[in-house]
Amino acid sequence: MIKYERTHGLTDVHTHYCPGCTHGMLHKLVGEVLEELGILGKTIGLASVGCSVFSYEYINTDFQQVPHGRACATATGIKRILPDRIVFTYQGDGDLASIGIAETIHAANRGENITVIMANNATYGMTGGQMAPTTLIGQKTTTSQDGRTFAQHGNPMKVSEIFSQIDGAAYVERTSMHDIANIKKTKKAITKAFTYQMENRGFTLIEVISTCPVNWGMKPREALDWSKEHMLPIFPLGVYKDVMKP
Amino acid sequence: MSKVLMKGNEAIVRAAIAAGLDAFFGYPITPQNEIPEYMSKLMKENGRIFVQAESEVAAINMVYGAAGAGARVMTSSSSVGIALKQEGISYIAGSELPCVIVSVMRAGPGLGGIQPSQADYFQATRGGGNGDYRVVVLAPESIQETVDLMKQAFDIADLYRNPVMVLADGLIGQMMESVDLDKPIKKRHIEPKTYATTGTDYHEGRNIINSLGLDPVYLEQHNFALERKYKEIIKHEVQYEMINMEHAEYVIVAYGTVARIARSAIQALTDMNIHVGLIRPISLWPYPKKAFDLIPKTCKGILVVEMSLGQMLDDVLISNKGRHKVAFYGRAGGMVPEPEEIVEAILHFDEKVVD
Amino acid sequence: MKKGKLTFDDESCKGCELCISFCPVHILSLDKDRINSSGYNLISVSDIDKCIACAFCAVICPDSVIKVEVFEHE
Repeated sequence: MIKYERTHGLTDVHTHYCPGCTHGMLHKLVGEVLEELGILGKTIGLASVGCSVFSYEYINTDFQQVPHGRACATATGIKRILPDRIVFTYQGDGDLASIGIAETIHAANRGENITVIMANNATYGMTGGQMAPTTLIGQKTTTSQDGRTFAQHGNPMKVSEIFSQIDGAAYVERTSMHDIANIKKTKKAITKAFTYQMENRGFTLIEVISTCPVNWGMKPREALDWSKEHMLPIFPLGVYKDVMKP
Repeated sequence: MSKVLMKGNEAIVRAAIAAGLDAFFGYPITPQNEIPEYMSKLMKENGRIFVQAESEVAAINMVYGAAGAGARVMTSSSSVGIALKQEGISYIAGSELPCVIVSVMRAGPGLGGIQPSQADYFQATRGGGNGDYRVVVLAPESIQETVDLMKQAFDIADLYRNPVMVLADGLIGQMMESVDLDKPIKKRHIEPKTYATTGTDYHEGRNIINSLGLDPVYLEQHNFALERKYKEIIKHEVQYEMINMEHAEYVIVAYGTVARIARSAIQALTDMNIHVGLIRPISLWPYPKKAFDLIPKTCKGILVVEMSLGQMLDDVLISNKGRHKVAFYGRAGGMVPEPEEIVEAILHFDEKVVD
Repeated sequence: MKKGKLTFDDESCKGCELCISFCPVHILSLDKDRINSSGYNLISVSDIDKCIACAFCAVICPDSVIKVEVFEHE
């Protein structure tokens, strides 16, 4: 009996992601959830700009590759035209919370029935490890080489907390990928988000604490442990909004 | 059919809906506010999509999504707002999607003014987005022509899978004229949108709308394919009007509102026994270069008149190929020329020569 | 008692060693003598009899390299 095998929610293409990058696990989870919910064939994904720009090669649905930060606006255009299809965006912390914060907030505010998967690894991975809105105080990046300071850069942005305040958001949860139990919780959260979309409950956002081994200068396991030890205290896990449980 | 008296901005809305518009995404900006306002009412009444986006940036990206999903879609804005859309327009062209963008020009640069202008000719035809792409640009001079070109724009966009801009100015947007909304346009055969991202259950294979091409070998071929498309557009989609060219001593080149003012000037000059012709480009891209081959050899010069510091002037210099003297007369900042000013410019042609 | 059978899609492996790190019975290791066509070292199983078919290795793998089958063993 097969206990675990590659999901049909992924294509056969080998990913370009670095060894041990959490994008791999997160793509897998999205693919598995779409397959298990039986909605692969009616789903359209939005590939943002970042390491995950190639998500259109890896997740087995129709896709649109969109400008940096604009995924939630493009998703709005698709969902309004095709309201019975499932639309999701896959965005990093820079794409969603920096250049894309307006489009993401307004899609949530309008209560657009889309699902946003946010990979938060506190850095701009694709471009070589620059500071991102979610970079931690003291974290050294290529544009905060002495470490982020509040005085110069402000505090890291708390995305789930922000979106929990928006009426149009139906489900907001922050999860993590740092161990098996939390990967399974992430899958449950993603399942809930897509289910809420299928039930037309509104905007759903899952913020997934992720790693960037290469730009953090760590091995993959070390990076997962670092994310647990240093990111979770700043970005507490949990459900921040559930419209079914006010 | 019967004619109705309509404001330009409102006629744009009616024409788009008559052409089968599925979705409108826009944002307030003077002098085109009537477009999103009227759209918000009529699109709802017609069971179609209207969204007031949070910005012009968001609006063009909503257009991108809906176009990729197979819809007939448009946005509208003015000058400053069109500047914000440039990234999206480049993506739409690079991904080979259709859409219609209406620009109702106002004075600039920067926040500028709300009075009419033609100082976005470069913005429209050269584009502020990145890369080798073109936008088909159509410039009406009357509200009837605006309606006709709006309907054509959707067909041209679908046929070539490219953005099409309908370029008006604040005068056309705000003035009222009688218009026949049912006047038919040339029928074109448009292929079904098999590229649309509607979900893999709904079409063959997997559809991906994308402009990324990290492999330069692939990306060059993609650019060459775009170039072949643009050459087809240049071959088939040039539109212009020429009047009074026989024995023309001078030729005025003007488009949109300024062409109408030029017509009055030409009438006044004819009364003074000075024969002046008019080349009125209707497609600004592709530009009617070949019209300039028809200027009589005896013509003393070409006067370009624009509500700008001289932007279409560059295309006239290119099309003229040094054959005739070229002069320029322009107003800026929202000032609209009177016919008398154009008459004076012809009478003092040599003082206005630029080349 | 549950027993596991592991199948590896070697060409997909990037040698990230996460499976090794998360295996609760420590039967996985990096094989320095084998590489795939991308140049990554592959995984070898030291003692498949110890596998409890928890599938932690497959769950943590970013590249869906491991297929886990489970069967009852007397």
